[in-house]
Amino acid sequence: MKRLILLLPLAIFLGVALFLYRGLFLNPSELPSALIGKPFPAFSLPAVEGGQTISQADLKGQPALVNVWATWCVACRVEHPVLNKLAQQGVTIHGVNYKDDNAAAQKWLVEFHDPYQLNINDARGSLGLDLGVYGAPETFLVDKEGIIRHKFVGVIDERVWREQLAPLYQELVDEVSP
Amino acid sequence: MKRLLSAAVLGLALLGTAQAAIDTYEFADEAERQRYRSLIEELRCPKCQNQNIADSDAPIAMDLRAQVYRMLEEGQSNEQIIDFLVSRYGDFVLYKPPVTARTLLLWYGPAGLLVGGFVLLGVVVLRRRGKKSAGSSGLSADEQQRLAALLSQRPTHQTPQDKKD
Repeated sequence: MKRLILLLPLAIFLGVALFLYRGLFLNPSELPSALIGKPFPAFSLPAVEGGQTISQADLKGQPALVNVWATWCVACRVEHPVLNKLAQQGVTIHGVNYKDDNAAAQKWLVEFHDPYQLNINDARGSLGLDLGVYGAPETFLVDKEGIIRHKFVGVIDERVWREQLAPLYQELVDEVSP
Repeated sequence: MKRLLSAAVLGLALLGTAQAAIDTYEFADEAERQRYRSLIEELRCPKCQNQNIADSDAPIAMDLRAQVYRMLEEGQSNEQIIDFLVSRYGDFVLYKPPVTARTLLLWYGPAGLLVGGFVLLGVVVLRRRGKKSAGSSGLSADEQQRLAALLSQRPTHQTPQDKKD
């Protein structure tokens, strides 16, 4: 018994060390979203191209990625080719053009190819605020009912897609056709 | 002198810009301004972490300040404004997180550690004290008496060796 008490400080130290070690590999800039499991916020905004009005009802029907992007966002440029590739593979991707200049956004889509099925023009950032967006790129996984199921902050590259998002997306697709 | 003057002017200029960054909104009265100040000082910027939205120059902090101002103007209560932001950005935007199962350790951990430390200290001190008195009374009452008698005995005669000591 006495011996065990002597080991107590070591045990406490190991416990603290374990927490701190784990802390080394956490990314503090990734906030958990408050919207997981909640319906996509209501909105009614124009499209980036064409000028029709898009609302949250248009996102329902099939699982999709909703990608928040902007031409001022350098990281979005890195991400864009990956999105193009995913769109080619048949992944449904919608865009939210966040606090951007519409002409610049249209030019971007012509130059870099357009992976988006719907592209929402959120010039004032009101939808972004409702989504809890605090930068770009951010990507939401939305199921066929229009419920937000996952949020990813940062650039989607091949590895992120393969290891994190693809399995989640596949789950949502499987829900549609069991 | 000239240096001092230019430093003062520079300081004043900086003061001016800082003031301008904060006070772009107009309030009906001083109480409302105070509410606005306290709200933006208590809300955390999601982008530039470790800053509140009052201090941050990030676009998102500006948006959130504008949102807080708009809601204040609409006559919403502090709770409504905070709920609005928490429902979008999560508890992260609060510098004063609510007490929930997840934040129990955060709220009461330090106090718990302090109390635990005092308890440990108390236990150690009590044990020591107990040990000390047990050590001195390792003799029975009878032996104790004899010891006292021996100690109180004054030497009756001395040898040279005693003297040397």
